Amino acid sequence: MPDGSEKLTGKARYSAGVLEYKKMGYWEPDYEPKDTDIISLFRITPQEGVDPVEAAAAVAGESSTATWTVVWTDRLTACEKYRAKAYRVDPVPNSPGQYFAYIAYDLDLFEPGSIANLTASIIGNVFGFKPLKALRLEDMRLPVAYIKTFQGPATGIVVERERLNCFGRPLLGATVKPKLGLSGRNYGRVVYEALKGGLDFTKDDENINSQPFMHWRDRFLYCMEAVNRASAASGEVKGTYLNVTAGTMEEMYKRAEFAKDLGSVIIMIDLVIGYTAIQSMANWARDNDMILHLHRAGHSTYTRQRNHGVSFRVIAKWMRLAGVDHIHAGTVVGKLEGDPATTKGFYDIMREEYNPQSLETGIFFDQHWASINKLMPVASGGIHAGQMHQLIQYLGEDVVLQFGGGTIGHPGGIQAGAEANRVALEAMIFARNAGDDYVQNGPEILARAAKNCTPLKQALDTWKGVSFNYESTDAPDFVVTPTTS
Amino acid sequence: MKLRQGAFSFLPDLDDSQIHTQVQYCIDQGWAVSVEYTDDPHPRNTYWEMWGHPMFDNPDAAAVVFELNECRKQFGDYYIRIIAFDSTHGWESIKLSFIVNRPKEEPGFHVTREEIKGRSMRYSINSYATKNPEGKRY
Repeated sequence: MPDGSEKLTGKARYSAGVLEYKKMGYWEPDYEPKDTDIISLFRITPQEGVDPVEAAAAVAGESSTATWTVVWTDRLTACEKYRAKAYRVDPVPNSPGQYFAYIAYDLDLFEPGSIANLTASIIGNVFGFKPLKALRLEDMRLPVAYIKTFQGPATGIVVERERLNCFGRPLLGATVKPKLGLSGRNYGRVVYEALKGGLDFTKDDENINSQPFMHWRDRFLYCMEAVNRASAASGEVKGTYLNVTAGTMEEMYKRAEFAKDLGSVIIMIDLVIGYTAIQSMANWARDNDMILHLHRAGHSTYTRQRNHGVSFRVIAKWMRLAGVDHIHAGTVVGKLEGDPATTKGFYDIMREEYNPQSLETGIFFDQHWASINKLMPVASGGIHAGQMHQLIQYLGEDVVLQFGGGTIGHPGGIQAGAEANRVALEAMIFARNAGDDYVQNGPEILARAAKNCTPLKQALDTWKGVSFNYESTDAPDFVVTPTTS
Repeated sequence: MKLRQGAFSFLPDLDDSQIHTQVQYCIDQGWAVSVEYTDDPHPRNTYWEMWGHPMFDNPDAAAVVFELNECRKQFGDYYIRIIAFDSTHGWESIKLSFIVNRPKEEPGFHVTREEIKGRSMRYSINSYATKNPEGKRY
């Protein structure tokens, strides 16, 4: 994109008054990002009449050193280094008025090991900046030097599997329903039935904390009775995500300690507790041999719209750094938002050691993960046994498949629902490994497995034809031929 | 009580030709396949006895099925599992594990509860079979 800027230096640059950001050094079209730079890709929608290059330079400025007017105190610093540099602006394919702006930040701008510090710059004041109609953080390239300042997932996929003694198939879970109102005793009943029936995990919902109908200690006590009984009944390691989300860190630590004392293998937090609280709980989890599940409550307020907010792929990167072990990341086929290509991008960010640039899945940068642990994606929301072949096709093997309604809503009861899901899963993995075209033949594989399993037959009959086919609001914008800048 | 560990314990017991398909899948992925047996099926008994080393560089599932049947001759009333190791960087652990032999009777496990500090509980899970010494359990 033509820039039309002449960067000013010396006296012309530092005379009192207001200058265009691109003339202040925040637009450097020739800049070659260093390996140690953090790079942000923003989708910018400038107000009418605002030059896109000036808008990109303004975003670079407002997310690093600039203020609205020239300040002489810049000259007391190595200001060239601390200025973020917009270096490339491309029109977004098929989206008039929107541009992709690439901005590089020097590593010294950021405190090591702090998502709070990173986000205070990158998604701080700049998102309210008036010359922009909308702004979205689409992706970030995180340098290895920065990644190495974070703990990463407390447990990671491999060690989670080793602890659970579960290899070669997705894990199975269910969220206890109804979300609200069950007493501790009744709640534990659902946990026991679902785990005994064949699930690996059950889960508290995001808004189950400590309410009048069930205080947290009651829930923890009854749930752990259920977990241990189910473990004895099956000979497997089982878990239930005990949600320790609370109003203060002190209270969360207290609940986490109690979960540990009762022998739980896993606890849970909500995204709404904030980045710093998440990092603290991840450190606690690493210190206490605990798997840490994160429910992404609240993310859709800023991830869902294509023109404004923060893409979930960025949230996924931050959460891998912050150190959680599980995160909800979409189902493709279920009831919640999830374009297949975009969702694949999220899963790759969580599970791979290296992400090559892949515009069709929304990954804009090559990303090395520096051997940081892998993060287990969780698929939850409107999925059932009849979709097993599609779930494995889209989501792979290292994923927790959570069938809440698809377990508890089974006509034969909760144990039957759990058994149906487990049998469907094992039959599909077996068929895939045996070389069957399981995607094409999925329905027949399920029907065959159902001959030995009445609960699976009932599940297939009950949810036959249930699907959620709506157009996605968050699909990647790219064209196969690269755009010229 | 049927021990539900491993990837296929909710399916009907696998015959040797079915076991062969799964082992060949593992070999084709580049994983080393091993046979292990135990008479202590506690869910946290990590180290089952090894029937020899993992079969590195073995291209043919038939060799694994042969070893499995040799193991069965000696430990036919034990639990036997097939286990596949992936040495790829970033994994370096087990990729698939499934049970291929069971005792005729599976008595299962009981939960013991120790009440501590008010309503808190300390749980442990014990196999009924392991009250007898090793080798005399099934």
